[in-house]
Amino acid sequence: MIDVKDVYFTYPNGVEALRGVSLQITDGEFVAIMGQNGAGKTTLVKHFNGLLKPTRGRVLVDDVDTRHVSVATLARKVGFVFQNPDHQLFSETVEDEISFALKNFGFDEKTIKERVNWALNILDLTRYRGTSPFMLSGGERKRVALASVLAWDPKILILDEPTIGQDRNQKERLRQFILQMNHQGKTVVIVTHDIEFVAECEPRVVLMANGKIVADGAARNVLTDPDLIAKSWLILPEITNVLLNLKDIGFPANVMDVYEARDLIIERIGWARK
Amino acid sequence: MSMFDGLKFRNISSPIHRIDPRAKFIYVLTLFIVAVFFNQLIPLLILFFSQIPLVIIAKVKKEWFRLIKGSSFFAAIIFIMNVISLYFYSGYSSFASIIEQASAMTVRFIVLIESFSIFFLTTSPDMLGLSLEQIGIPYEFCFAFTTAIRFVPVLAEEAQTIIDAQRARGLEIEGGNLMKRIRNYIPILIPLIVNAIRRSLELAEAMESRAWGAAEKRTTLYMLKMERRDYCLILISALMLAASIYVWLFIKIPTLTQILNIQG
Ligand SMILES: Nc1ncnc2c1ncn2[C@@H]1O[C@H](COP(=O)(O)OP(=O)(O)OP(=O)(O)O)[C@@H](O)[C@H]1O
Ligand SMILES: [Mg+2]
Repeated sequence: MIDVKDVYFTYPNGVEALRGVSLQITDGEFVAIMGQNGAGKTTLVKHFNGLLKPTRGRVLVDDVDTRHVSVATLARKVGFVFQNPDHQLFSETVEDEISFALKNFGFDEKTIKERVNWALNILDLTRYRGTSPFMLSGGERKRVALASVLAWDPKILILDEPTIGQDRNQKERLRQFILQMNHQGKTVVIVTHDIEFVAECEPRVVLMANGKIVADGAARNVLTDPDLIAKSWLILPEITNVLLNLKDIGFPANVMDVYEARDLIIERIGWARK
Repeated sequence: MSMFDGLKFRNISSPIHRIDPRAKFIYVLTLFIVAVFFNQLIPLLILFFSQIPLVIIAKVKKEWFRLIKGSSFFAAIIFIMNVISLYFYSGYSSFASIIEQASAMTVRFIVLIESFSIFFLTTSPDMLGLSLEQIGIPYEFCFAFTTAIRFVPVLAEEAQTIIDAQRARGLEIEGGNLMKRIRNYIPILIPLIVNAIRRSLELAEAMESRAWGAAEKRTTLYMLKMERRDYCLILISALMLAASIYVWLFIKIPTLTQILNIQG
């Protein structure tokens, strides 16, 4: 469990990026953190594995204060995939890249091999096993970065902008994959601007603005609130927008799911026919 | 990022900031030469401490101090390497003199870093490019030079992000023996270098697609003019150089160990 207690954070250059954030993420939860550029999302999640320590307040990960343990210790439990894969890729082959962290954590040869194979497979990278990560496309590099973290099977998974540069097909794979991880009991935290992606996943949504949390609740409640969404410089999910425009003929304003919308419309048409 | 703030231009107003970049450059170059001239601890320490008033006048002591603190890791490596090599390969008699000699080399390194830092903290990259242009260097070179300098802070920031990303993958930068510590920097240096190359290629493409170099003769908005204080600084630099040549040729500098022995 991650427990953020009234955290303030100021960067060395004086930018106050977090101003009193309190948040609890329990085990097995799936949370999407959203909000405009510079809202403090990345800053907040960097507190979860101790990369940043609060200027004021406390962050507890499984009841351990992040100020008192090393990042490497926390990282074993909290996997963090960075926004830009180019900040971490350095190995000669994709395989080496994925085993880097496993070696750091002291896994044995056999386990490393198994875990690498597993990660390559699950992210559709097996054919690039011996390729240099630098030769891959942007989206593929992003997946290598993801695989290199998943490989050690952290209990909590943090993904900063996982959908950037992914085509529709890979996005869907990613979604399935995140949901699967989540069903297996992992805590998943994603930071994203991709509202359609979030609408499809239906996680708990935490909305941030100016270093504060401005809304926190089920996606269905947060993402369908036009005022809140406008204030956070986001756009309503397409489906919500369509039905919202049909509100005056009696459609509900809080639908995000295509299938649910379809059922509602069919029901309506059937009713009109009668 | 904290350490590298010591190499980033601080846009504030101070007498040091207003000095012509050319004069400042001559001063820093003199510092460099003098620092390489001497390999005794005492003159190098004097050189080190004599820069502190400048730092205070330029109102950049926080950034400057951070850089010194940040470079202490490399300073430590230099110190250890020197102690080892002096111990095995030279005829130094006492341990004290080995330590003193190694300290001198370390202080020399810090002086070099320090003078760099003063220059870059107080000189805007634009002014620097301008001064190069006005002493007749072709614009292409000036541009390459200013761009390189402009990217120093960008690289520094990027280095910090990379360090964070690798630490999140269980890399422990601190700890381990010397070899291991050096090896720990590989996962940081490779992405840094690869990104720098990639970025420069992208920059070149972006510039060419915006018709860089289309105009034959460029004009500039600002013109630099040397003033009295600038000539003063050049004079000071010349005197410094002359004085150190004199000392180097005619005065035998005692080592700290000798002085302490006499007193003790
Ligand atoms: N290393 C840093 N040093 C100083 N200030 C920083 C640093 N990183 C971020 N900031 C500042 O902190 C604030 C929050 O940044 P943060 O990266 O957390 O935003 P974000 O919500 O992740 O934005 P984005 O959607 O663009 O990724 C911004 O004002 C930013 O300028
Ligand atoms: Mg961010």
